Amino acid sequence: MSSLERADVARLAALARIDMTDEDLDRLGGQLNAIVDAVATVAEVAGEDVPATSHPIPMSNVHREDVVRPSLAQDAALSGAPEAEDGRFRVPQILGEEA
Amino acid sequence: MSDIVDWTRATAAQMAAALQAGEITSVELTQAHLDRIAAVDTDVHAFLHVDTDGALATAREVDAARAAGESLPPLAGVPIAIKDILVTEGLPTTAGSRILEGWVPPYDATVTRKIREARMPILGKTNMDEFAMGSSTEHSGYGPTRNPWDLDRIPGGSGGGSAASLAAWEAPLAIGSDTGGSIRQPASVTGTVGVKPTYGGVSRYGAIALASSLDQLGPCARTVEDAAYLHEVMGGHDPMDATSLNEPVPSCVEAARQGREQDLTGVRIGVIKELSGEGYQAGVEQRFEESLEKLKTLGATVVEVSCPSFTYALAAYYLILPSEASSNLAKFDSVRFGMRVEKATIEKTMGATRAEGFGDEVKRRIILGTYALSAGYYDAYYGSAQKVRTLIQRDFAAAFEQADVLVSPTTPTTPFKLGERIDDPLAMYLNDVATIPANLAGIPGMSLPSGTAPEDGLPTGFQILAPAHEDARMYRIGAALEKALAEEWGGPLASQAPELEVAE
Repeated sequence: MSSLERADVARLAALARIDMTDEDLDRLGGQLNAIVDAVATVAEVAGEDVPATSHPIPMSNVHREDVVRPSLAQDAALSGAPEAEDGRFRVPQILGEEA
Repeated sequence: MSDIVDWTRATAAQMAAALQAGEITSVELTQAHLDRIAAVDTDVHAFLHVDTDGALATAREVDAARAAGESLPPLAGVPIAIKDILVTEGLPTTAGSRILEGWVPPYDATVTRKIREARMPILGKTNMDEFAMGSSTEHSGYGPTRNPWDLDRIPGGSGGGSAASLAAWEAPLAIGSDTGGSIRQPASVTGTVGVKPTYGGVSRYGAIALASSLDQLGPCARTVEDAAYLHEVMGGHDPMDATSLNEPVPSCVEAARQGREQDLTGVRIGVIKELSGEGYQAGVEQRFEESLEKLKTLGATVVEVSCPSFTYALAAYYLILPSEASSNLAKFDSVRFGMRVEKATIEKTMGATRAEGFGDEVKRRIILGTYALSAGYYDAYYGSAQKVRTLIQRDFAAAFEQADVLVSPTTPTTPFKLGERIDDPLAMYLNDVATIPANLAGIPGMSLPSGTAPEDGLPTGFQILAPAHEDARMYRIGAALEKALAEEWGGPLASQAPELEVAE
């Protein structure tokens, strides 16, 4: 398994939408490499013939009748929003300057 | 029972009986716990939020209903603490994260609703590692909880607040959540009882998700019987949770009664060979062996079983958990709830908000999960981890052919000092080495006190694992062992904890 370079950590953090300072990258990068080395051992026993388990208890998909039922009122749904306007969530500009 | 002077020292079952008999009111009982919280929680810091008015209002309603001769649920009037991972309408909910500071949910989790329907006063919300990522509560965004047995030591995690509230006599019952041991490991290091039910046994609707294929809510208490009562309040099918099991709630209270009243003749107990030896503290192993002797004296047969794939459980867990967490935590995006650090565009706002709002452990795990799920690595990491999960399930299936329940120490050591492992994630992860396999396989697990280690006088835990859907077995065997140990100790282990200094 390849180890994580500093640039990899920066790219992953950007994908996960977490801004990182140089100091963050130094600190977390080293720790992440140690963790990646430790967890990579799973490949040692994961043979071709072993099926994957995604869900611990086998169950089938659940459906319900397609009928209208009570849900959160609009003002309740918006009550925790950092900013709301006209009954909607208000967000900063979507596109960057160069878009 | 009227000789009880300090009701905070009673069991929840005793409190319920006294309420029913009219020996005490719920207002008196709830006020006694609120007074205790005021006296010791500055030091312990088990609570992130205390709801004095709400708890007393519920207590008054219960007292009035009882006075009017209404028929009430068994635990009506018995107060409870709720881990801050459950949403509670009208009460702040943070999951231990700064990113949710000040958020007041507009709805109740199913388990919150069940507690309200059980007419239990909610004392407040308990501290936890941020989004339940940790084994010490040191990753809480609001400062750590301290272990009532020794305030310089960790109370376990992620549910350290719930466990410490019990050990500090601030609450008789608490709710926990267990993704890799977050109910059982805190129970072990605080000398209390904690149960992770079978996956799907308790609804997770309204529980802030960490890793959806592993998370399970469960009861925390000071006795096996009290945990059984709470388990039956929490459990059951819920159409709001697609992973909820559509089957009856296990008869936990009845099983605990059987355990106290009958011996264990014919019960086969399997000791998991791989969960001992290197890394396990001498006093932890000694108390474990003594508990096994007690079980033999009660008539049980003890056999050794081997689960060779457990060697890979920790590695598989630390791939599956971060992968699922990185997806679940994407919703903290500064739009619908929680913190917003405003920047020129939404993308920059998200990056700045998540940098400011998440702590280091959460960032580590999100980045690790993003890596494990990325193209080119998925098969090697997440795919392989899911195969290990199959191997662990096979190990359990083979072991349960030989034994009715499996046992081990809950966690390898007694509680360590705050700060000791905070900068060494891999050392921290080892706390959960014995509890993680149950989450990977979806089976139920219980931790109950096995004593204190001779070398440091701190609590040690005994773990009981049962096959999926067989939660009741743990209550029978746990109650039997608890009774035998209490007879030797002259009372419950919690009574041996040093008295906390009380603030005036």
